[in-house]
Amino acid sequence: MKTTTKQKIAFSMLFLCTIIVILPVLFVLGVIIKNGAKGISWNFLTTMPSDGMRQGGIYPAIVGTLYLVSLSIVFSLPVGVMAAVYLNEYAKDNLLTRLIRLAIVNLAGVSSVVYGLFGLALFVTFMKFGVSILSGALTLAIMNLPVIITASREALASVPYSFREVSLSLGLSRWQTIRHSVLPFAIPGILTGAILSLARAAGETAPILFTVAAFYLPNLPASVFDQAMALPYHLYIISTQIPNISIQTRYATAFVLVGIVFTMNIIAVVLRARLRKKKKW
Amino acid sequence: MVENKGKSQKEKGKSQAKIEVKELNIWFGKALALNSLNLEIQANEILGVIGPANSGKTSFLRQLNRLNELELSFKMSGEAFLDAKNINQLKPEVLRKRVGMIFALPQVLPMSIYDNVTYGPRMHGINNKQELERVVEESLKASFLWDEVKDRLKEFATRLSGGQQQRLCISRTLAVRPEVILFDEPCSGLDPISTAKVEESMLRLKEQYTIVLVTNNTKQAARVADRTAFFLMGELIEIDKTHKIFTAPRDRRTEEYIQGKFG
Repeated sequence: MKTTTKQKIAFSMLFLCTIIVILPVLFVLGVIIKNGAKGISWNFLTTMPSDGMRQGGIYPAIVGTLYLVSLSIVFSLPVGVMAAVYLNEYAKDNLLTRLIRLAIVNLAGVSSVVYGLFGLALFVTFMKFGVSILSGALTLAIMNLPVIITASREALASVPYSFREVSLSLGLSRWQTIRHSVLPFAIPGILTGAILSLARAAGETAPILFTVAAFYLPNLPASVFDQAMALPYHLYIISTQIPNISIQTRYATAFVLVGIVFTMNIIAVVLRARLRKKKKW
Repeated sequence: MVENKGKSQKEKGKSQAKIEVKELNIWFGKALALNSLNLEIQANEILGVIGPANSGKTSFLRQLNRLNELELSFKMSGEAFLDAKNINQLKPEVLRKRVGMIFALPQVLPMSIYDNVTYGPRMHGINNKQELERVVEESLKASFLWDEVKDRLKEFATRLSGGQQQRLCISRTLAVRPEVILFDEPCSGLDPISTAKVEESMLRLKEQYTIVLVTNNTKQAARVADRTAFFLMGELIEIDKTHKIFTAPRDRRTEEYIQGKFG
């Protein structure tokens, strides 16, 4: 066989594998859009459910998910970034540091339902926050910590070591150096990681199952100590617990959920691309 | 304010060395990088430090502003003094403000020319705009960069040429008004014309500053240094007036290195 023919075959195989990777994505999106797009209307997005959730909209679930996601980032971003700064800039390479690193890697691998049980035990029961937005957001925050820490550490490590040396050599303290010569240049990477982790949090069901999610609430939550409806859980309920609900409503709900996650991912990608273009070292 | 310190230095006369190193040993892990070094550096002189790779010259230089201690494997014994004060008893921030450093590759920060120069002063608490502008002009003039960049101070510093970037780094170091400036092979990445400009600014700077110049380019030491030290395998082989080192060295190894027989 000629070399060029071999090469053509190899390229075709590689291309085929790539297609196989994106096919499920396209397929999922296609099904959701085909079945759900028609169900999307202003009314659907902005009204409360009615008639045992067979009619009306999914407004409280959207609001609940946005509350959860934004409150969770309020906890996870500062803690995650500061932990990453400590690990990357200050920590000596000793047993404790290695244990912490190991813990972070393992946290990232724990299944999300375990986080749910953990949140139930710690926040709902022990700390007496009850089944509430606060408990749910904290649970999601802890689930997201490893992702944010890892992304932040990578972002910090990608800032050239020489920036630190220059800053220190000018007589700045280590904290000033981190604050002004390292963190500003790591922010793009940190933000991208944070948004991606948020997208994951928005779509998770298990961690919110025992900690916040309500089957149905007639009113929007009034404080962080209230329960809330959330999109992934709502989708689970209307797909399994409620008979005679139209397929269109289910897929429209999935459409909204996937839409939110996709939008966040796209924001992260665009942000990264734009900031990378700005990066001048 | 540091200018006053410079004056009081002169008033004391030259009896006391600006920098004095006594029995300094440096290890990185188990490797001995510097072996019982003793030397003195006078105020307002340029001390050239030459020697092949792994001769300990950069370890010596980075000890003078205690950058070595950033390495986890770093260990030392012995003492180094700045104006008769043990540098290990100074806070590293205070020491590094007084002993500035220029690195081998121009390390501009990814910000504007203006922000690069004012980075140190701003962090040290100078916020007055006029004061900062004065510092920028003075510092850039001292490194002979002012005329080339005065109309584009807000431009990104990384857009300057390599030689301009290195002179910007010199300005940035001058802006915190140090007393000693350490040059770590500052021209290793520069073309001859840029090198000449950096050397010109060094010769001008020694009127106000004490300079230690580590260089791989022996000719550069011959051109600008008042005295030259030759390091080999972590030991100081010879230190003397530059013209003596280059015309009549006492040690055979110095002669061989200068003639290019090794290194």
